[in-house]
Amino acid sequence: METAAFDVEVFLWMTLGAAFTLFTLSFLYKDNPLYKIAEHTVVGVSAGYFLVILYYNGLRPNLLNHLFVPETWTPKFDELWYLVPLFLGMAMWTRFSRKWAWVSRYPIACYFGIATGVAIPNEMKNRVVEQINGTVLRVGFEFSQSGFLGVPQGIWDIVLVILVLASLVYFFFSKEHKGWFGGIAKVGIYTLMIGFGASFGYTVMARVSLFIQRMQYLRDWLDMI
Amino acid sequence: MRKLALICVVMVLAFLPPPLLGEVDSALLQDSVTVDLPEPPAPPGNVTATDNPNDNGRAIRVTWELSADDTTGMKNVIGYRINRAEARDAADSLWTEASDILPSGTTEFIHSGDGEEDGPDYFAKNYDFYYRVHALTADTFSVSAVVGPVQAKDNWYNTGVTFVLLFVALFIILTVTFVRIARKGKELYIRPLAGIEAVDEAIGRATEMGKPTLYILGLGSAADIATIASFAILSRVAKKVAEYQTPLLVPCYEPFVMTVAQDTVRAAYMDAGRPDDYDEDSVYFVTSSQFAYVAGVMGTMIREKPATNFYLGMFHAESLLLAETGAMIGSIQIAGTDQIAQLPFFVVACDYTLIGEELYAASVYLSREPVLLGTIKAQDWAKAVVVGTILAGLLARLLVDLDFIKTVFEVSV
Repeated sequence: METAAFDVEVFLWMTLGAAFTLFTLSFLYKDNPLYKIAEHTVVGVSAGYFLVILYYNGLRPNLLNHLFVPETWTPKFDELWYLVPLFLGMAMWTRFSRKWAWVSRYPIACYFGIATGVAIPNEMKNRVVEQINGTVLRVGFEFSQSGFLGVPQGIWDIVLVILVLASLVYFFFSKEHKGWFGGIAKVGIYTLMIGFGASFGYTVMARVSLFIQRMQYLRDWLDMI
Repeated sequence: MRKLALICVVMVLAFLPPPLLGEVDSALLQDSVTVDLPEPPAPPGNVTATDNPNDNGRAIRVTWELSADDTTGMKNVIGYRINRAEARDAADSLWTEASDILPSGTTEFIHSGDGEEDGPDYFAKNYDFYYRVHALTADTFSVSAVVGPVQAKDNWYNTGVTFVLLFVALFIILTVTFVRIARKGKELYIRPLAGIEAVDEAIGRATEMGKPTLYILGLGSAADIATIASFAILSRVAKKVAEYQTPLLVPCYEPFVMTVAQDTVRAAYMDAGRPDDYDEDSVYFVTSSQFAYVAGVMGTMIREKPATNFYLGMFHAESLLLAETGAMIGSIQIAGTDQIAQLPFFVVACDYTLIGEELYAASVYLSREPVLLGTIKAQDWAKAVVVGTILAGLLARLLVDLDFIKTVFEVSV
């Protein structure tokens, strides 16, 4: 019977991975030097890694390649408007000087202005209009079609609409939640909590599967030893 | 007898091997190969190429009528392929493939790209292009007539989001109206929120215990609405912390968020009349890697043992890890996010949770400024409009043609 050749490099990397897994899990006992090693290593490595990623995936393609010829680094003059983001970015460096730190507020103001302008229509579309759309257009009121638990789909559609409206009522802030209004709001918060419960169970299952994957990794490592 | 002799001659000729047939028979054989070539399908008809509407000028819409052999006739068309060239009479080698093979029955294709000139998907705007459509069978094809020139053009207005524009306009009108009412001095009621009312109590607890307050802005960028809302709350919390002279820790996931958070906290300390107490290192960058950030913050929690933790902003899978660690060390925890999938974890592990829009409203609750109260009132009216629109839409669905309702409510980008 043929046996796979023992690869020292693979073994060392797997051992390192297993060690860091165990170091991290040691947090469940209490804070300890092994967890600190894992924590500081992963924070340091990731910070350095993201700096490089940011340079190659962000700064170079979105800015530097428009101002310089990539291979020779000779300046290009056909897209000079890219100097504006260059200056705004450099203005952030003035934060290191107490005297000139105020300059950094200009790029921050530009960023917020543009981001908010972009966010308003997007948020209105995704969180308001498409919700209305989903409620109005996706509900069919098909009473002849059997739905969940054998109850006609049309009944579920009515329940859906009622619960959507009750949930909306819960988020009314300028009216006291008392009387009939409070009753509807209570239905709304119960709806939200039922939804949260379902979501919680679903996500915990996904997390458990991640944990199982990690345990399988440790098992594979033990098999190698 | 003559008939019998003729049959014998024909039979002998039929059984002779091909080399003995000579040149004439080879030619006959070649003719038979030509006859066996597959017959091309009928070409797609009525091809059109037009600028794709409501876009940034990087797409062209090509339509055609099905080949007569697609679902009818020989029924052997397996798909279509779109070709593009820069001249009507371009040589075949200059026609490039604009699409993969589209399945049979397809009558439309939007050829799109981007503005990255050096990239593989570059699509020039305001430039003449010509298109043709191939109908493909398993072993041959036919080509439609060439259409064009056609140019991709920028569109200033996207008609697909008119409904969104109406809502934005309505919301602006409501906001301006209620802010003006509030400015005139009219008192506006807002119902109490337990999570907000607990903020002062939570900071007071940290002060009594002599331990820091931990404020986490989440993993969102500075442009996310939840993060913007969180900055406003951070300002109020930092002011209170400055007044109580309690340490504050703000570990940040994003460098830009850290920058804004530093300015926010500094301004809050100045408002509280304690600018000298502000420690720039209290607002610091950890890393932009999700779980490395979690590891770092969890370590901080275990070592610093903050008495109060705030998790306000945009959170993802780290929500439960952070909140669980906070619960483990006995902190009082107030959380809030608009990420629906993460709310259950905060509800389970935190003392108070601000659900969705409650987070947006929290800064108003903390400041109680009359003008900001006007925005809360406007939000409520906007929600009333949403409720009314849903009810009207459902009623209309039952009474009017569905297609008409779809044109009103459907949103496309």
